[in-house]
Amino acid sequence: MPVPLPYEYKYLRSKKKFPHVWCPGCGIGIVMGSIIRAVDSLSWEKDNIVMVSGIGCTSRMPVYVDFNTIHTTHGRALAFGTGVKMANPSLNVMAVMGDGDSLAIGGNHIIHAARRNIDITAIVVNNDNYGMTGGQFSPVTPEGARTSTTPYGMIEPGFDVCNLMEGAGASFVARGTVYHIMELDKIITRAFKKKGFSVVEVLAPCPTNFGRANRLGGPVEMMKLLKENTINISQAKAMKPEDAKGKVVRGVFVDKVSIPYEERYEKLCEKARNSAGASR
Amino acid sequence: MIVPWGETRLVQGNEAVALGAVAAGIEFFAGYPITPSTEIAELLAKYMPLLGTKWIQMEDEIASISALIGARLAGAKSMTATSGPGFSLMQEGLGYACMAEVPLVLVNVMRGGPSTGLPTQAAQGDVMQARWGTHGDHPAIALAPSNVRECFEMTIRAFNLSERFRTPVILLPDEIIGHMRERITFPAEGDLYVEPKPVPDVPVEWYEHYHVTASNVSPMACIGSGYRFHVTGLTHDVHGFPTRKEKEVIGKMNRLKHKITRRLDELEDVRMHDVEENPVTIFAYGSVYRSALAAQAMLKKRKKRVGVFRPVTLWPFPDRTVKEELDSKEVVLVPELNQGQMIHEVERMTKDSVRVVPLHRIDGYEITPEEIVNAVLEVM
Repeated sequence: MPVPLPYEYKYLRSKKKFPHVWCPGCGIGIVMGSIIRAVDSLSWEKDNIVMVSGIGCTSRMPVYVDFNTIHTTHGRALAFGTGVKMANPSLNVMAVMGDGDSLAIGGNHIIHAARRNIDITAIVVNNDNYGMTGGQFSPVTPEGARTSTTPYGMIEPGFDVCNLMEGAGASFVARGTVYHIMELDKIITRAFKKKGFSVVEVLAPCPTNFGRANRLGGPVEMMKLLKENTINISQAKAMKPEDAKGKVVRGVFVDKVSIPYEERYEKLCEKARNSAGASR
Repeated sequence: MIVPWGETRLVQGNEAVALGAVAAGIEFFAGYPITPSTEIAELLAKYMPLLGTKWIQMEDEIASISALIGARLAGAKSMTATSGPGFSLMQEGLGYACMAEVPLVLVNVMRGGPSTGLPTQAAQGDVMQARWGTHGDHPAIALAPSNVRECFEMTIRAFNLSERFRTPVILLPDEIIGHMRERITFPAEGDLYVEPKPVPDVPVEWYEHYHVTASNVSPMACIGSGYRFHVTGLTHDVHGFPTRKEKEVIGKMNRLKHKITRRLDELEDVRMHDVEENPVTIFAYGSVYRSALAAQAMLKKRKKRVGVFRPVTLWPFPDRTVKEELDSKEVVLVPELNQGQMIHEVERMTKDSVRVVPLHRIDGYEITPEEIVNAVLEVM
């Protein structure tokens, strides 16, 4: 875990809300650090930043950062965020969610937020399971994996988050890990800058639940797995398909120009007013 | 000009709700199509872009009410419109809005239930859901209009109460009221009272999102105004941060309760017609109140006199007034478009010697004045 730098404290509710709830070896704090560094690099005003979240380990993040923060109901971060962004499009809105929160109970909202292309950045911290409730399987738990609700192994195929988001129409889709932290900082910064719906899937370890249930070792071993089991998109392109097999690809998969929903809505208002004026 | 101020028009109930929302200064609407409330969303989809205010059709009712809460936290006065099945889905967000103390207006045009039930027909089956639908102890304010003019006025009142009490307010027209058309005269523009959004005046560093005040309601800053705060559905302290400390939990829960129960005078709204002098009273609300008034007139012609008692604000229930007015009656007839819901509240507030008699209609049609007359004659 990177050492917190003095400027990072500026963005934390450091005196009030720490220590945090996350377990030793959890990756969510690293994602939070990455978000803070991205915000700092963009010189965003804290007053103009809104962090929304749902329910779960990742969704506890808003308590710790000194932005405008909304900890919502399970799965609904993007629906709340849509209201915030519509009401005040000048705000920088991000949604931080876990894999179960964003893809199971919030699955409907994430595909429609992507389709609508509302200017929100969704950070999906994927730790393969529901951590807060004790390690049940989620829509991304790999086939065969053991969790507290798949004691005989997972039989459902999982989502590929990035493929799903690309198919749903997101303007920016990327994947990073909490091991490749410099890369993650850059990806999240690009996602924040993107106009329209952007998604960053961040692979993170859950040693307490998923790691223990699948005998993956402790925090260090699980970090090593992220290093060994993932490859950069440029590496993947240079590799033979058989060598890349079984590896998870990191990098930016979609980065396109598309007018965000709230701008389309502004244009619609103009059109409506003009036609009403013309008909008089 | 969208609201025809000062003019007389033939207007539908749902249309009057949409116009009332505009009159109250609605800035954000999110909804999902559902019969028999769709006219409200459709008309606002037409009006709101003209006003430069925000309208969105979400992917479901849960998303709609969630977007409403987000929008109001960012400062936009918000409303949604739905019916039974959508109202069920919105209970999650409704509870959040109660807990996080976010003002919003939820219009539930009541149709027959349970489940898909009778989508195009009238019922009053959601009155208890409006009180107890979302889990946990929570405050509830619900208003039931009985005519088209009230649809207009009560939508404005719903917005005003939601801002004043910092809590969601439910408007409960039944399908008959939502779909009926009546000639109404709109008030002059200046004649309406629109409650301002309560804004804090303390320095940013002193701001508490849930400041304890004598009224149990504190001014609410909005996101982007320079006041940074945290909002959660978890039980929280005065700053909005999660707490499990006994004193803070009890303080929060009691404040939620007391902000309603200690200001009942501002909420209670009842109409009484010859209640005091007659030993028989008809207790009715919504569309049934109209039939009750007609029945009263028909009975008068036959030299039979009865009173009519109408709760306009259904929740909080007018406990004190019902006790004062109805506890000495021989008979209280409670006609409802359900299998008996508000009747239990009347029973709760009257002693055993009062005969509280139900009259149900559950086939989706109105209770006619004749049915009420016959029921009265039977018990008199």
